[in-house]
Amino acid sequence: MNQLQNAILVFLVLTGFMLLASSRLVACIRAVAIQGILLGLLAIAAQDGKLSVFGVLLPLTSTAVKGFLLPWLLTRAMRDADTVREIEPLIGYNLSVIIGAIALGVSLWLGQRLQLPNQPASFLLVPAAFFTCLVGLVLLTTRSKAITQVLGYLTLENGVYAFGAAVALQMPILLELGILLDVFVGVFVMGIAIFNISRQFDHIDTDRLVSLSDRVR
Amino acid sequence: MIILLVLIPALAGAAAFFIGSDPPRRGLLVSIAIVQFALSAVTWIAPPAPALGGWLAEDALGRLFLTLTSLLFLASSFYAVAYLRGERDQSHADIEEGFLFSNAREASFTGCLLLFLAAMTLVTLSQHLALLWVAVEATTLASAPLIYFHRHHRSLEATWKYLLICSVGIALALLGIFFLAVASSSPGSKTVSLVLKDLLSDAPHLNPLWLKAAFVLMLVGYGTKMGLAPFHTWLPDAHSEAPSVASALLSGALLNCAFLGILRIHQICVASGLADFSQRLLLVLGLLSMAVAAVFITGQTDYKRMLAYSSVEHMGILAVGVGLGGTGMFGAMLHVINHSLSKVMLFMVAGNLLAVYHTKSSKNVTGALRVLPVSGLLWVLGFLAITGSPPFGPFLSEFTILKAALDQSRFFVAIVYLVLLTIILAGMATPVLGMAQGTPGKDVVVPAGRSVALTAVPATLGGAILLMGVYVPPFLARTIQEAARLLGQR
Repeated sequence: MNQLQNAILVFLVLTGFMLLASSRLVACIRAVAIQGILLGLLAIAAQDGKLSVFGVLLPLTSTAVKGFLLPWLLTRAMRDADTVREIEPLIGYNLSVIIGAIALGVSLWLGQRLQLPNQPASFLLVPAAFFTCLVGLVLLTTRSKAITQVLGYLTLENGVYAFGAAVALQMPILLELGILLDVFVGVFVMGIAIFNISRQFDHIDTDRLVSLSDRVR
Repeated sequence: MIILLVLIPALAGAAAFFIGSDPPRRGLLVSIAIVQFALSAVTWIAPPAPALGGWLAEDALGRLFLTLTSLLFLASSFYAVAYLRGERDQSHADIEEGFLFSNAREASFTGCLLLFLAAMTLVTLSQHLALLWVAVEATTLASAPLIYFHRHHRSLEATWKYLLICSVGIALALLGIFFLAVASSSPGSKTVSLVLKDLLSDAPHLNPLWLKAAFVLMLVGYGTKMGLAPFHTWLPDAHSEAPSVASALLSGALLNCAFLGILRIHQICVASGLADFSQRLLLVLGLLSMAVAAVFITGQTDYKRMLAYSSVEHMGILAVGVGLGGTGMFGAMLHVINHSLSKVMLFMVAGNLLAVYHTKSSKNVTGALRVLPVSGLLWVLGFLAITGSPPFGPFLSEFTILKAALDQSRFFVAIVYLVLLTIILAGMATPVLGMAQGTPGKDVVVPAGRSVALTAVPATLGGAILLMGVYVPPFLARTIQEAARLLGQR
């Protein structure tokens, strides 16, 4: 089973680079959607063949939400806001990819340091999950479009979820659904906020949301 | 019973969205607040049985936070009804830039308030750490629309920052919970329990490396929500742009809930012998928060932002109290109550001042004592209370924390703590006293027909703060003592 897991994790890392390198929002949304699907597969692969009804149903639900529903919502938000590309990120795309490479190195090193005790999981798991989290944080801090920041948040969440899914946590189904619901509602509310921002400001550049600060009048 | 505590406000909140006419909806808000408070008071006499297989249960910590939350919500609901009555007209002129804006639907505001209460109640009663996480994230989602009640670009900006920064923080806390699960997975077993009781009894066998990492992640995650520096950046924006009643609840009730999240993982660290590690981190972040607050309070001209930074300061004080341990733990629990009461009262009074003066700049407010005698007086008294002057409650709790530092001969901590408190006292004195004294400008008119609740509610809270300063009721002291014991105070 580990080989399947490894393949999934490698793809997960690749989507991370795709996110870092792409300026087109559609491509970014698609990358996050692929991540959602990969995570569903990972959750099934991590069960070591002992499949139960819930064990399949839950990853399927999460795939439906993260791989299809949320991307659809974000595509709509993107169309409403009339933006296609991330223009002028704080750091360029080449630099982003280089940072991604460094982040991968750091994640591999961290994975060495933090060995999973008594877990049969793939050795790639911890690094890939960390890397996905780091990609999310990079997107959050260096991109200025509101949609890209939501994508960053989702990527971070995916990284966390990858970790949870593959250490085969026996989380009660109610809680898994609760977490999923929170993420869904969160992105939904953010989508509404994006809609309002684009109507209120005629743009969704969060680096121009600067009217609140501690200025001395 | 425990399930009812969560379910009643949740269902009422969902219903409130669909009640079109104002009076029944406002009646619903107040009556649910009363029911909730009554139920949480009953839990003191008849402790409720755990529900959902031990996921929901009430310990001393939970009881303390639950009762405080429902008390503050009760006060806020009376204030909110009076406030909403005054906000009825369709469009308002913006106080800073003069453009016209409209409010969000009152039904959504009320609905979100009740859902917010349900989520906070769930936080206080969760014994399962992942359930706690779900509840904390739910508080973020339920309270974000409250900040965007006044529909203009500044409140939208504040809402966006709040949503994004807190969600990211909370995502890190979830990673922390997974780490905790790894730390607790013992050889051979594949079922991991994240119920607090099991974790505490299993604490000596937890993997220390993963537990430490889990603590750091959860401290950062919940610390973001709690407003500990350097993760506090959303807090001043959200608190200054939200309507005052929402600011009051965010500051008085929500920050406590996030603090409770940190306390839960701290409990586990204490039980597994890592108390030194977690206390040192809390102490450092606490002092840092106080320092950051001191810097930004000095010279702050926006009085709602000033109150927001004061919340950062007091969250710092709480972290210092827990970080010191010993009697500091008791002081911190007492301070949770005192800070919440004082801060809710101050935000309500700030709302009254804002409604009359139409400005958030403390330089443009003068003569509050003459224009609004009661609110003006409460503003000054509230300032004295929040800066730790006797005979008010916060003095007692801040002093207890100081004493804990001195008892442990940690003179450096004690000195830094005192110096920062003094700077903040001085920094707040200038704007607050300037606002209260002097002659009011000619164009300042008190609107006719203001509801009595706008002053009666904060005045009652003021009385409670005074009472807490001179007399802590024995039943309360016992529960605080018990809560401090849960946190490892011997």
